[in-house]
Amino acid sequence: MDAAGNRNRRGKPKGRAVDTTALVEVQALLGDAPRRRDLLIEHLHKIQDRYGRLAAAHIVALAREMQLATTEVYEVATFYHHFDVVREGDATPPALTVRVCDSLSCELAGAQSLLEKLKVTLGPGVRVIPAPCIGRCEQAPAAVVGQNPIAHATVEKVRAQVVAKNVRCAAAKYIGFDEYRRSGGYKVAVECLAGKRDAEDILKAMESSGLRGLGGAGFPAGRKWRILRGERAPRLMAINIDEGEPGTFKDRYYLERDPHRFLEGMIVAAWTAQVSEVYIYLRDEYAGCRAILERELAAMQKNPPCPLPPIHLRRGAGAYICGEESAMIESIEGKRGMPRLRPPYVAQVGLFGYPTLEHNMETLYWVRDILEKGADWFAGQGRHGRQGLRSFSVSGRVNMPGVHLAPAGITVKELIAEYCGGMLPGQKFYAYLPGGASGGILPAGMGDIPLDFDTLQPHGCFIGSAAVIILSDRDKASAAARNLMKFFADESCGQCTPCRVGTAKALNLMQAAKWDQPLLEELSGAMADASICGLGQAAPNPVRCVVKHFAHEIE
Amino acid sequence: MTAMSKPEFEAMPVEFKLNGKDVVGYGHETIIQTAKRLGVEIPHLCYKEGLRPDGNCRACMVEIKGERVLAPSCCRQPTAGMEVTSDSARAVASQKMVLELLLADMPVERHTLNSELDHWAARLRVGKPRFTARHQPKADLSHFGMAVNLDSCIQCTRCVRACREEQVNDVIGYAFRGEHSKIVFDLDDPMGDSTCVACGECVQACPTGALMPARNAGMVKPDKQVHSVCPYCGVGCQLTYNIKDNRILSVDGRDGPSNHGRLCVKGRYGFDYVTHKQRLTRPLIRKTGVPKRADLEMDPANPLEFFREATWDEALDLVAGKLKQIRDRGGERAGRNALCGFGSAKGSNEEAYLFQKLVRTGFGSNNVDHCTRLCHASSVAALMEGVNSGAVSNQVNDVANAEVVFVIGANPTSNHPVAATWIKNAVKRGATLILADPRRGDLARHAAHYLQFKPDTDVALLNAMMHTIVHEGLVDEDFIRSRTIGYDELKRNVANYSPEAMAPVCGIAAQTIREVARLYAKSKGSMILWGMGISQHVHGTDNARCLIALCMMTGQIGRPGTGLHPLRGQNNVQGASDSGLIPMFYPDYQRVGNDEARARFEKLWGATLDPKPGLTVVEIMDAVHHGTIHGMYIMGENPAMSDPDAHHAREALAKLEHLVVQEIFMTETCYYADVILPATAWPEKTGTVTNTDRMVQLGRQALAAPGDARSDLWIIQEIARRMGLDWNYDGARDVFNEMRKAMNSIAGITWERLDAESCVTYPCEQEGDPGEPVVFIDKFPTPTGRAKLVPADIIPAAEQPDRDFPFVLITGRQLEHWHTGAITRRATVLDAIEPEPVASMHPLDLDAIGARPGDVITVESRRGIISLYARVDDGTPRGAVFIPFCFYEAAANLLTNPALDPFGKIPEFKYCAVKVMRGGELMPRSSYGGGQAMQALVTA
Repeated sequence: MDAAGNRNRRGKPKGRAVDTTALVEVQALLGDAPRRRDLLIEHLHKIQDRYGRLAAAHIVALAREMQLATTEVYEVATFYHHFDVVREGDATPPALTVRVCDSLSCELAGAQSLLEKLKVTLGPGVRVIPAPCIGRCEQAPAAVVGQNPIAHATVEKVRAQVVAKNVRCAAAKYIGFDEYRRSGGYKVAVECLAGKRDAEDILKAMESSGLRGLGGAGFPAGRKWRILRGERAPRLMAINIDEGEPGTFKDRYYLERDPHRFLEGMIVAAWTAQVSEVYIYLRDEYAGCRAILERELAAMQKNPPCPLPPIHLRRGAGAYICGEESAMIESIEGKRGMPRLRPPYVAQVGLFGYPTLEHNMETLYWVRDILEKGADWFAGQGRHGRQGLRSFSVSGRVNMPGVHLAPAGITVKELIAEYCGGMLPGQKFYAYLPGGASGGILPAGMGDIPLDFDTLQPHGCFIGSAAVIILSDRDKASAAARNLMKFFADESCGQCTPCRVGTAKALNLMQAAKWDQPLLEELSGAMADASICGLGQAAPNPVRCVVKHFAHEIE
Repeated sequence: MTAMSKPEFEAMPVEFKLNGKDVVGYGHETIIQTAKRLGVEIPHLCYKEGLRPDGNCRACMVEIKGERVLAPSCCRQPTAGMEVTSDSARAVASQKMVLELLLADMPVERHTLNSELDHWAARLRVGKPRFTARHQPKADLSHFGMAVNLDSCIQCTRCVRACREEQVNDVIGYAFRGEHSKIVFDLDDPMGDSTCVACGECVQACPTGALMPARNAGMVKPDKQVHSVCPYCGVGCQLTYNIKDNRILSVDGRDGPSNHGRLCVKGRYGFDYVTHKQRLTRPLIRKTGVPKRADLEMDPANPLEFFREATWDEALDLVAGKLKQIRDRGGERAGRNALCGFGSAKGSNEEAYLFQKLVRTGFGSNNVDHCTRLCHASSVAALMEGVNSGAVSNQVNDVANAEVVFVIGANPTSNHPVAATWIKNAVKRGATLILADPRRGDLARHAAHYLQFKPDTDVALLNAMMHTIVHEGLVDEDFIRSRTIGYDELKRNVANYSPEAMAPVCGIAAQTIREVARLYAKSKGSMILWGMGISQHVHGTDNARCLIALCMMTGQIGRPGTGLHPLRGQNNVQGASDSGLIPMFYPDYQRVGNDEARARFEKLWGATLDPKPGLTVVEIMDAVHHGTIHGMYIMGENPAMSDPDAHHAREALAKLEHLVVQEIFMTETCYYADVILPATAWPEKTGTVTNTDRMVQLGRQALAAPGDARSDLWIIQEIARRMGLDWNYDGARDVFNEMRKAMNSIAGITWERLDAESCVTYPCEQEGDPGEPVVFIDKFPTPTGRAKLVPADIIPAAEQPDRDFPFVLITGRQLEHWHTGAITRRATVLDAIEPEPVASMHPLDLDAIGARPGDVITVESRRGIISLYARVDDGTPRGAVFIPFCFYEAAANLLTNPALDPFGKIPEFKYCAVKVMRGGELMPRSSYGGGQAMQALVTA
């Protein structure tokens, strides 16, 4: 080591100098957009979209432009899957990326072999990488060429799109602003804003409808609005469309068909809860939905049916954890999506420190129907003593995977038989995941439990976002659990020890033919008890279910 | 319910159950704090007192009755009736599992003797981990001061919080995610290549040895720890020396009132100069026949080429004999006015006091000064004129209570790094920072308004702000009426300085000037902090007058979070000035011309005193040239490097009939000495120093002096005795007790209290007074009790750029180097980080002269010429070049202009005309600096 000047300090101040060219490029990309911290992820997208990567020089330049430290930009950029940070000497990623979903439903449909084949066939100009659930489980195996999703992907289908350079998401037909209005849309919202409806009546209707948060936590929607109204102003609203729970695709399903039904619910909720600004957080994987929302928000803002609050559409960047309500708030603030400790709850101290009404998109989707058709209409649905409707995202070994709107409380066996056209030919129902990756795994023999909030907890499971994945006699629950644990390990934000280290160590233990059950159980206990958020707390659910119900597979 | 105040809330008792027992917590406590107070142990790793609790490690989990999952006791506050269990099987299972998971990933070889993880694993009897270890990262040993061993990292982010939330240096990030989550520097760069400023706060925060002092310094157990104060800047950070075998192993920040455990790179890593091989250890007498010439070069490693060793008796007799001879001989140009002394702002208050007493009673004149003349003399002049007090009105960390912080002409991230952290903390808390400085430094990123005004245009900018305040009715009429005099004249004067008229002069848009003026005037509390960008001009006093007027006309003084704070430079420049190391003042700023004051000191000292103010630093050098000064005693100053037009100063030193230098190293000033007296470094002595906040703090001796080096107090006293003064001080305490009789401001501070509390703020006039952090609450210490407002007009710098010398030279300091570099360039780590002389320039200016970053360039003024490396820095304004004055190979002061401010007699270090050319010949490196010490260490 040459002690004198060995670090090349002579000619410049400490650290990286701002590259003038990069600075000019970044300034041009940002234009007159505000340089506020909360826009960091939006600005990173601009650079990634334009240059296909985040070069070190651009990161340093962006930091200068936003008056941030370089590491503040770097740590955010490296948190999200969809940013390719390229430091000096790193290989530049190829111009085109093909993502192959390797979450459970797609893996069951052969994602691994597709991934391997694509890697060797697409050539050096294309990067083929696995991706966590992209929310197209009914189309398994699914892949994405650039931003163009390929249903039931095969090597041939993917290659055709690559060759044709079709890298954008094709627009499907949906109910646009004018059509929605023509068919009576925004009537409820207009009545509210015009003072023709009473907020208290709406609160009561929402409460008696029994509508609960459909993102997974199931908190009664009406009560949430009432709580927010009681908090100090200003209040904000944050809408979670970071639909990332493997097996879940209902939000996408509704957005691709009837976006204004959701937006109307949003306006009514904002008015009732006295919210002053609205943030919509949409996962980056849903490029098609983003195009729809951008277009329809613009159409609505151009010709507003009623006074609108400021509405900000924010783009995720590839992080499952940002579906966690407080992680999403951090992400909207332009930070790493690391969940916050509670208390305080987001209803008290949420986005930018203000009381925040946070909702899953689908919860708002039902607001108009409930207020038009009456609370009893919604509450009157249900089966086996349960109330309401659920949008089940069903995938796996059934004939008709897809979003099935069914009565809450339906059993999985009924769901398969009545809505999914039965099991795939020649396959026998073996096991099911009632609530995506986190909700646990149950054997077919327990297929008569009503599917709803609160009904599965006694069995160590939960319904969550109602993502039901069906396994058949060709599958192993232990292999499914391993797939899920790998997903959790990849998606752990890295904040707390039980989750960051626990998921990695658990995965390691689950690679063995014979699982160390006592140690896994000890570890599971600590993860469930001591993790900060639902990810780490629920990550052991599949493990514990396998040990409990499928012990024969791992001994 | 009415809102509860914060102290009320914090005192609220909360009754809850902890492990089955009824306990009482307080409103501000978390469960772990209550538990700790009551002696209940709960393991914890990411939690550290002083850092924001983050709750990420999950080692401190407790069971709370009725809750679904466990809760982190470091983040949860107890509520009434809560039932908390930290020792239940369930809680302990999680605590132990967390420890086991982390332990599984620890390397076999630890990097610290004090791993908190090992401590808690042992306490909870966690056995050998049952999990396989992670893939371990490589060590990063790129930094000279610190080692990064992420194989020991537990991702607790204490270092991130230390770097980002405490020091706000924002170098360390937490990047990637999941098990790949990683502590990174900037863009995951090697620490040594990053923007790291080496404050070492991360090392101090790390619980597992992942961040440690370099070269395994942390693996040695110290045999004693001594509490002292940092020897560098005026912030006055308290620290602890870890000592083994009479060497400093490492330095820890201590919880002092000005630093609360924080340090900067100098305080933490700049300590091994004390054992540098070039320490002076024997008295030296100039060999006969060795000439004194201004351009004389010596090798500090080899003083015996020009000097011979002597006994103390011989050396002291020679010194006293010569000084006496000059003092007592007749003739027009001799006598007592032919002697002078330069004391030091680096020594203790007691040394400063004794030194000035020696000059005043032994030499017989007031020709005593020190480097305050070169830093804040103009600020002090303006403050004395305005409020009759030269010290700050509010302490730096009072910015915590400010709504607006206005920093002008200061670069605190380099020069008062820990003070800068309080400012950055205030901004994080929500305060608005207005930063005005021609050079954009690290603080600019935190500023809501950064004003890169043109050098030399302070008065224009400040008058325009005042104009706005007057014309927009933002003045505090009540305050002006009841607490000031001179407002009408000020008002008339600023009428001519509209922001529109001044915008082209100072380069700041009128709208911006108006906006910051409004922010400053309207806020509930606005603090002004300034540095030498204000003071080191021929109009330095005018600059400070403007700041004082700005503050007074808006009533922004006399309360917490609002006031005036000149950031004092040296660790004891405040104390040395207070102690009378100034030609026109006795201790406590009592004017030498004031009969009452003089009578007081004549009585106290039993001597007749000269009523005529003495000469100042630069005036003394001129007097040598004029043949009126013949003998000089310098204690710990280096005018050969620090004086403007250094060649002129060196000629003066060479011309002296007798020069005595009391030093720890062979400085450039020593080259001209007749006698060199080897003295003690700061860790080798006990004494008090006064920081920029008026805090009198006690430094305690940690090391024995090397060889035959002697304490400075002893040396001063021995010279005094040999000059006929009957002095019998028994150490620093004895001197301090005499000072209490001379200085009302510290009369109430007892040595015992200093020993017990390490710090007392003055004014503290009666024993037991708490000390006053905020002064001027209801009156000013002027005869009328009112502050005097003094208008100022634009006076241009003495030397303007022209066709021949088109650039402006700005001199100053660097983070790693102190003053003339005598100490820091001999501190291994500091020298290694900044080994070479550099000149910072704007990239376009560098382009214009055809030079690239790192090229040698030559800078020439009408007074001198130096060559050094070009450093590109887009924070340097166009048309300017910035050079730190610490490098002997390229001494910036060979170029500077000795033009003086008429009131403060401070030279214009911040502005002179130079030309800059590509190329040139570097002066060869001497036997220190340039990274030589680190090279030797690494090779050995």
